[in-house]
Amino acid sequence: MTEQSVSSPGRAWRFPLTVRFEPRLVEPPRWFPLLVSFGAIFFALVLGGGVIALAGGDPVRSYAHIARASFGSLGVFSDTLVKATPLILVGLACALAFRMRLWNIGAEGQFFLGAFGASAVVLIPLLPENTSPWIFIPVMILAGILAGAIWGFIPGFLKARYNVNEIITTLMMNYIAVAWNNFFIYAVWTEGGFQMSHMFPRNAWLPRLADYAKEVPVFRGLTVHLGLVLGIIAAFVVWFILYRSRWGYEIRLIGDNPTAARYAGLNITRNTILVMMVSGALAGLAGMSEITGVVHRLQGSISPGYGFTGIIIAWLSKLNPFAVIPVSVLFGALILAGREIQPSGVPKMIQGIILVSLIASDFLLRYRLRIVLRGREV
Amino acid sequence: MAKENPPGPESQGNAPLVVEMRGIVKKFPGVLANDNVDFDLRKGEIHALLGENGAGKSTLMNVLAGLYRAEAGTILINGKPVSFSSPRDAILAGIGMVHQHFMLVPSQTVTENILLGLDSPRFHLNLAKYHREVAELGERFGLSVDPKAKVWQLSVGEQQRVELLKMLYRGAQVLIMDEPTAVLAPQEIEGLFATLRVMVSEGKSIIFISHKLNEVMTIADRVTVLRKGKATASGLATEDTSRQELARLMVGREVLFQVDKRPKTPGEVILEVQDLHADNDKGLPALRGVSLEVRAGEIVGLAGVAGNGQRELAQVITGLRTCIGGTVLLKGEQIDNCPASKAIEQGMAHIPEDRTQVGTAPNLSVTDNLIMKNYRKPPIAQGMALDYREATHFANELKDEFDIIVPNVETPVRMLSGGNLQRVILAREISTGPALMIAVQPTRGLDVGAIEGVHRLLLAQRDADSAILLISEELEELLSLSDRIYVIYEGMIMGEVRDADIDTIGQMMTGTPLEQINRERSVTP
Repeated sequence: MTEQSVSSPGRAWRFPLTVRFEPRLVEPPRWFPLLVSFGAIFFALVLGGGVIALAGGDPVRSYAHIARASFGSLGVFSDTLVKATPLILVGLACALAFRMRLWNIGAEGQFFLGAFGASAVVLIPLLPENTSPWIFIPVMILAGILAGAIWGFIPGFLKARYNVNEIITTLMMNYIAVAWNNFFIYAVWTEGGFQMSHMFPRNAWLPRLADYAKEVPVFRGLTVHLGLVLGIIAAFVVWFILYRSRWGYEIRLIGDNPTAARYAGLNITRNTILVMMVSGALAGLAGMSEITGVVHRLQGSISPGYGFTGIIIAWLSKLNPFAVIPVSVLFGALILAGREIQPSGVPKMIQGIILVSLIASDFLLRYRLRIVLRGREV
Repeated sequence: MAKENPPGPESQGNAPLVVEMRGIVKKFPGVLANDNVDFDLRKGEIHALLGENGAGKSTLMNVLAGLYRAEAGTILINGKPVSFSSPRDAILAGIGMVHQHFMLVPSQTVTENILLGLDSPRFHLNLAKYHREVAELGERFGLSVDPKAKVWQLSVGEQQRVELLKMLYRGAQVLIMDEPTAVLAPQEIEGLFATLRVMVSEGKSIIFISHKLNEVMTIADRVTVLRKGKATASGLATEDTSRQELARLMVGREVLFQVDKRPKTPGEVILEVQDLHADNDKGLPALRGVSLEVRAGEIVGLAGVAGNGQRELAQVITGLRTCIGGTVLLKGEQIDNCPASKAIEQGMAHIPEDRTQVGTAPNLSVTDNLIMKNYRKPPIAQGMALDYREATHFANELKDEFDIIVPNVETPVRMLSGGNLQRVILAREISTGPALMIAVQPTRGLDVGAIEGVHRLLLAQRDADSAILLISEELEELLSLSDRIYVIYEGMIMGEVRDADIDTIGQMMTGTPLEQINRERSVTP
């Protein structure tokens, strides 16, 4: 009843189709990576739908709910953007450092230090409470950037000078940063024994769209703040640094082949320290933007792991500064709307599936997939 | 099965064919890597596959070894048609390939590496038994390696023997060697050739991929020449051919083995090295008082067996290694123990020995690789910014001038072949208009046509009054290009010669100082 295949006599019946991977010998066209990424996200959503169905939910309704809860109205979209703002800045911080193959796992700590630096301006106080926002906010931005940069300088210096593994130092310094903040909110700036500082004065808040509701009624209740603009500007700046500046050329060269960089006469020591400082500064700016745009006081739980999500965002964006923005918005939406479905659990699983699919889809950029009929190839 | 063999034109004509490849076509996107190629291998012969880089040699053999599948054509093993879908199928059919880059686990022993992936020791591993088997196999084929040694302790030559043993242990009757001599020192090449002859006498058949004419003439019985994916000669007996003929078949035109070098009076001293001392990576002395000078408009060769301090000397001169004594002067200015950028600013170009690890950044574009030495200077640098329009323009000019074959200058250089990569490096280094050029093994691994191109460029630099220090292990290259030759041995200069014979240089390379040679000659004329 079965026909024996001519090419493989004596062998048991095998599935007539076979999948073959061939390494790509030429670069795929420019649009291809984008297509693959979207394909991967679509695939992940289908798979995630399966998870929801298994958990007893209705995938279509759940996705519709997520979409509504994060993009459904101006109000919720604004909330999504608020969540995306620190992710953009932290994602850029990681993307810049990773470009030079400096594994800065310490964006979380630099984020806390940035928040601390900005708060210090109000709480020490460096400026009187009634200072004009035109002075207050730039000074806080500078303080946040500076504090983050210092937190980046330490591992950068240790790496450049003594070749201390930056993964370990940046990771450990995260804990120090949290403890540092805790010391101040428990002991120094505590408000009536609570583990938080007092509320910042209004002129030290980043302006929000809602602040202009009187002039533009549509803005009523929109919490998007100036931090988003800072994030988008930062993306342009990082792009310019990486692709249009001498320094960025050096970063890319060192990142791709440090031996060749040394051969070309580059100063790797100086660049290591500088890149870690700028990376820390961007993460610090994220902390500053979160504290002055959303929280408005220094307290303990200011980050649900933004610094670590930044690592994922940098990878998913393939270290491309502009791609960091949409990826951050996607993650902002998942953080925000996921909570509506289940506080943890399923939304985290979907996040994980998206991450794995996107990273796995990289394979398709390097290999071609071919489905061939057995015995017909030669 | 053997009766269908066409009678061979030359020796061993009646030995049965173990491999027949007919009309093999293999396409890669945009490239026809094998265009209707025929190839056959007789039992007990060494058949060389000769061709320039990118001619399709490795592709053809990867088809035979089951790594690639051909779009068209048939393969017959011992007269039976086969269709391999993986290297495993090929090994089962008795075909084993030793790749250029070894596939060994460094932390495991020789025996463990050989057993890796086999079905036979299932649960219980009786290592003593297998050690014995491996040792016996090694003895039989003249492949002496300690079966208990860990692979990382072995030299490159020994690792290659392990690869061969691996294939023999799996019962390979046909061995494909992909450019086996590229990684070996001259003495090791001799050893490899002896082994290959033993294997052939034991009834194995060998396919020897190479682009070195000398080796092919020495070791092979027959040769098939590929050019741009097509066979320009199939199964030619090496006895009936000559180096010149093979070179012509390979590159499609007569190759000038004699370079056209005009007499020239050297100018002022550009590079002066005085009593240089330096350590190697292991902290052992590598340079022990090296002194030499290079003048404008001359090519000075540095001859020596690999590992006698040439690499360290080049690194100290180019600022990539610190020295512990002595000085390096470039145009009278001290540059030793200074950052590499100082030498570059002073007009030093450097063609490094290692093109992929040192000379280029693989994932960056051709443009990015070409501006490595001049991105700090206008017009490409505009203050802190880089002008990419200027950079692209610059890259396109060099691409045309130096014949770099790429679809566009945005292509990452990891896509480039060895010869093209070397053109990128040469283009970059020459475009800086260097006063001094340090060229380390500039033609290693290149095919005949590319070597000729490199030689021509170096001579053009000499005519443009550059000072050139040429460090090479190819004696012929040194003799034909250099105005003077220094010979280095264990970190010391054995002497300086002009128009010397190979004998004299050979003696110096093995540790006899020139004065001693001259003295002995004057005693016994």
